[in-house]
Amino acid sequence: MEWLDAIIQGVLLGGLYALFATGLSLIFGVMRLVNIAHGDLIVLAAFLGLAMVNGTGVHPLISLVVIVPVMAAIGYALQRGILNLTLGRDILPPLLVTFGLSIIIQNVLLEVFSADTQRLKAGALETASIAIGEQIAIGWFPLIVFLSAVGVIAALQLVLFRTRLGTAFRATSDDHETAALMGIDNRHVFALAMALALAVVALAGTFMAIRTNFSPAIGPARLLYAFEAVIIGGLGSLWGTLAGGVILGVAQAIGAKFHPGGQILAGHVAFLIVLVLRPNGLFPRTRDR
Amino acid sequence: MSEGAATYRVARGTRASRYGALVAIAGLAVLISLPFWGGRADMRTIVEIAYYLALAQLWNLLAGYAGLVSVGQQAFLGLGGYALFVFAMNAGVHPIAAIPLAGIAAALFAVPTAFIVFRLRGAYFAIGTWVVAEVYMLSFAQVSALGGGSGMSLPAAVVKGIAAGRMWRETAIYWTGIAIAVGAIALVYLLLRSRHGLALTAIRDSEEASSSLGVDNFRTKIWVYIVAAFGTGMVGALVFLTKLRISPEAGFNVVDWTANVIFIVVIGGIGTIEGPIVGVIVFFVLRELLADFGSWYLIVLGGIAVLMMLRAPQGVWGLIAERFDIRFFPVQRRLVFDPASFRFVADDREEDKRDR
Repeated sequence: MEWLDAIIQGVLLGGLYALFATGLSLIFGVMRLVNIAHGDLIVLAAFLGLAMVNGTGVHPLISLVVIVPVMAAIGYALQRGILNLTLGRDILPPLLVTFGLSIIIQNVLLEVFSADTQRLKAGALETASIAIGEQIAIGWFPLIVFLSAVGVIAALQLVLFRTRLGTAFRATSDDHETAALMGIDNRHVFALAMALALAVVALAGTFMAIRTNFSPAIGPARLLYAFEAVIIGGLGSLWGTLAGGVILGVAQAIGAKFHPGGQILAGHVAFLIVLVLRPNGLFPRTRDR
Repeated sequence: MSEGAATYRVARGTRASRYGALVAIAGLAVLISLPFWGGRADMRTIVEIAYYLALAQLWNLLAGYAGLVSVGQQAFLGLGGYALFVFAMNAGVHPIAAIPLAGIAAALFAVPTAFIVFRLRGAYFAIGTWVVAEVYMLSFAQVSALGGGSGMSLPAAVVKGIAAGRMWRETAIYWTGIAIAVGAIALVYLLLRSRHGLALTAIRDSEEASSSLGVDNFRTKIWVYIVAAFGTGMVGALVFLTKLRISPEAGFNVVDWTANVIFIVVIGGIGTIEGPIVGVIVFFVLRELLADFGSWYLIVLGGIAVLMMLRAPQGVWGLIAERFDIRFFPVQRRLVFDPASFRFVADDREEDKRDR
């Protein structure tokens, strides 16, 4: 029963990891960009939420109405202003520029908000739960996070396969030169993809901030979880990313059962095992170059 | 033009490399004699510059030549540091002698690590190496014999065993630092001038073309990865011999041992041997200037690196080399006109530019 509980909590935690990973997966799919600052952008969203909740006193979930469009705008500007300049055949510029951005965001947050750990208070929602049987209870909030992840991925699938924007995303992903010949403005499409990715990051960052303590330094660890979920699930598959997040969450929950310090290590080890056994992930749709 | 009369020869040395070598030897002699006339603080700073220079050369070898952008070199730095402590404390090896052993230990760990991270390519390789470094950090934090999460200190008896008297101990560490920096530059320079260097530059320019010409890309990259791990492990041993204390947080620190090093190489100029040397100078000057501004230092450093990557990806050294056409570490073979056989005035500089 204790193990079943650990697995259920791990699955729900996996929903949060899937939200971390969705943006990373989307921008890799559209423009083959690996954004090392992704985790720090999640933390940035969390701090924006904190500033807004502290400033206005609104509920964190209400703050999303502002944080999501703000992060999307940051994403559009970041892609148009900086990241588009780095895209090309060479992998070094995007990697090193986003690595630099990661260090910059971390240290700006450190200057502005100090190194203290913070938390977004969500009132009764934090502890509300549904009892299942005698020993197992599912928290409302983790459940909301998990269902949000499912909803976000379903919505993104609709965007990708049912809208003109999605067609443009898939066309630039397949062959951006031909897409440009067909009248698609790649720079704009890439910026829209980043805006969409950071809108999801805003959601992920706010949920993370309600669920756990956070500080300016925790971005890189979130990047690694997001990256692991993407690779476990297989490149180019959003539902695979959800599965990857769940596997990571369950591995961490089981690791924590074995040893108090084993939670994060178990997640990393699960990732490395998948990498050795199935280098393309469990449900790959595209292959890396 | 006088085709028939002109003779060509293949040259490697440049005027800059010949004069540069003389200046470098003189500079090195001054540095080696420093313990007899310089201050202790100077020696400490120079050791720090030396190990950052060595790390920058090794990272540049990986990323600038082999196309292996690793964000996880802190794995081998920490391993080297821990290996030094184990060899010196538990096996009774002389701490200076333990430094190359620590390099070998790091290289041995690099073999299974490569087996895993080489399954990822390009940008994914970068993050994969970072995950492995985290795994090493979290694993070392679990080993209570190595002090667990809080780490351990080098016992005074071991430190006293380096040499008799504080002055000689510090001098021994200082000379080791100089030797490691010079050794790293020499290693990269000689490697690039060898047959393997030709393969490496070919891989840097085009992986497809180099493999079609018979270069075994994978094998070459694996070897470079292991060699870089060996060097990084030795630097790690040196770093923690100067700090006398190691913990998982300090040993496997991504900002100290990878972010700073990446910024040094990017600002100095990636894919050249001179670049990391210029970068390390910029790095330490900036650090002195911004010493009182806390984390603004890293913000400025990161900002400069991002700007360099966007506006001048060839780095400070690349700009200088383009402008003045000088090379202190010539690794390429150049075709040189013998002017004596040529009727017109041959412009050497034009020749060099075309050849590049």
